[in-house]
Amino acid sequence: MKSITNALDMPNEYAIVVQNLVKVYQDKIRALDGISFSVKSGTIFGLLGPNGAGKSTTVKILTTLSRPTSGEAGVVGLDVVRYPDKVRESIGCVAQKSGVDREATGRENLTLQGQLYGMKGSELTHRVDELLDRFGLSDAANRITRTYSGGMQRKLDVAMGLVHRPQVLFLDEPTTGLDPKARSDLWNEIENLVNDEHITILLTTHYLEEADRLAERLAIVDRGRIVVEGTPDELKSELHGDAIHIELSESQSDGTIENLFNQVSKVRDVVIEGRLVHARADHGASSVPALLNVLDAEGIKVASVTVARPSLDDVYLRYTGHAYHHEEKNEVLK
Amino acid sequence: MRETIIHSWHITIRQMRNLMRQPWYVVITLVQPIIWLLLFGGLFKSIASVPGFHAKSYIDFLTPGIVIMSALFSNGWSGMGVIDDMDRGVMDRFLVTPVSRGAIITGRLAQQGVVTIVQSVIIIFLAWLVGAHFPGGIIGVLVLILSAMILGGSISSLSIALALLLRKEESVIAASNLILLPLTFLSSAFMQENLIPHWIRIAAGFNPVDWAVNTGRQAITASVNPAYVSLHGLLLVLFVIICGWLATRAFRSYQRSV
Repeated sequence: MKSITNALDMPNEYAIVVQNLVKVYQDKIRALDGISFSVKSGTIFGLLGPNGAGKSTTVKILTTLSRPTSGEAGVVGLDVVRYPDKVRESIGCVAQKSGVDREATGRENLTLQGQLYGMKGSELTHRVDELLDRFGLSDAANRITRTYSGGMQRKLDVAMGLVHRPQVLFLDEPTTGLDPKARSDLWNEIENLVNDEHITILLTTHYLEEADRLAERLAIVDRGRIVVEGTPDELKSELHGDAIHIELSESQSDGTIENLFNQVSKVRDVVIEGRLVHARADHGASSVPALLNVLDAEGIKVASVTVARPSLDDVYLRYTGHAYHHEEKNEVLK
Repeated sequence: MRETIIHSWHITIRQMRNLMRQPWYVVITLVQPIIWLLLFGGLFKSIASVPGFHAKSYIDFLTPGIVIMSALFSNGWSGMGVIDDMDRGVMDRFLVTPVSRGAIITGRLAQQGVVTIVQSVIIIFLAWLVGAHFPGGIIGVLVLILSAMILGGSISSLSIALALLLRKEESVIAASNLILLPLTFLSSAFMQENLIPHWIRIAAGFNPVDWAVNTGRQAITASVNPAYVSLHGLLLVLFVIICGWLATRAFRSYQRSV
């Protein structure tokens, strides 16, 4: 990664530069443990990780809501701690928690948001109409937002983040809680934004699919640290070969599985999670019979086998040592 | 400064608009003081004949007390809106914009001020209808409303500060309940000073509600004592400054904790 000692010296091609950011909350929770990354202007950068990984904390610091314990962060060439007012002028933020005023209409929400950025008169009216139109909210513009669906409210949130034509937009888990249709609608909107307005977007998400679809580059965050960074393709191609997932009838935790699998040539990266065994092989399909043979020889019963092309799920598994979908399930249960 | 005023204006408009969309809340806010006025006015009517009671009728005496009490109560709950904004993410959305930080508080105070004015005018008008006299004239009435607003601003600021520190609706409700009624009754709002027990009189001397009641009540009498009005008025102004300062401190502590 590029090393920039002073965020203020950041070259123009970078809209966001984060250097060694640490945030320790009053209750001694270390939310960020030295995060560094840079985002090129006009691109979408994804921060991917489970809840509590430090994504929202990073966004809060970059949007001047929160102050870092140490480290530096610059947005559009300005240090966020030293020049918060100037940074606020050039950023828009869609927080994880919707900031829509539920007692006001869509139009009123957008208008007030513009007024807080000093916009007024016909310039503001036009911009509000334009955004309502763009997000398909024109018909609902004069309805109290309490009556909006989750998808509509989220679109209004994004529209509010854009009202003053910011250079950088922060989207903190924009599609969490949306149904699949609303989610893919919003994805289209976000893609169009980058094409039409040449805006830089920092997207945080815990959906692998979302990061894969939208982000030009992404960083996987785990426990306040970045574990790996690259383009989705780079990350996936680092994992040579296919992913093999074997579900056993009973869990085996005494190390036999690892030993057995390591005997089979061209099989590597064995990770065991309860009854699930994950491994990689250059040609998944041809390695499966050999794997099943060694398991059968030991009398270990197999419930199911899947072979898949590498996905971000596998990238996540490889770098954090635990499978992604488990994190998500736990979160849903909460 | 100019920006703060413009931003406060926008926030005030937002507050007023949201308030008007809750018609029941508006009706109750306006009806409650009327009930207090008629209820207490009827209940304690015979106080006027107690030896040592100076006012002509109890309603004359009671009206400024009800104006101040109503201002106290309607402003005592302004923190609830702040909690709602914090819970709904509206506060953080404001803080990400370049909005003047002070305007987030002053916008709310201004809206509360408007409510206090409307409420006071209605009470005074109704009291006049049922026979209250205001020999101090229009200036006296204006001073009464002004003292209700200054007390209201102080209590609003305190409520907002409390909300920013406690951040839980239940805690703010409990704290407000604990404070508001005793503040009302540890004053001369309902009873002339020379007729209340000594210890309450001492406590009242330190009670901003009593300062506001005395300022307003003295201002609407026939023989206004300017020194008395200015002394209590000055205490009120000092109080509102301290409360406003506390609110901004609480706001900073909220920002630090984000």
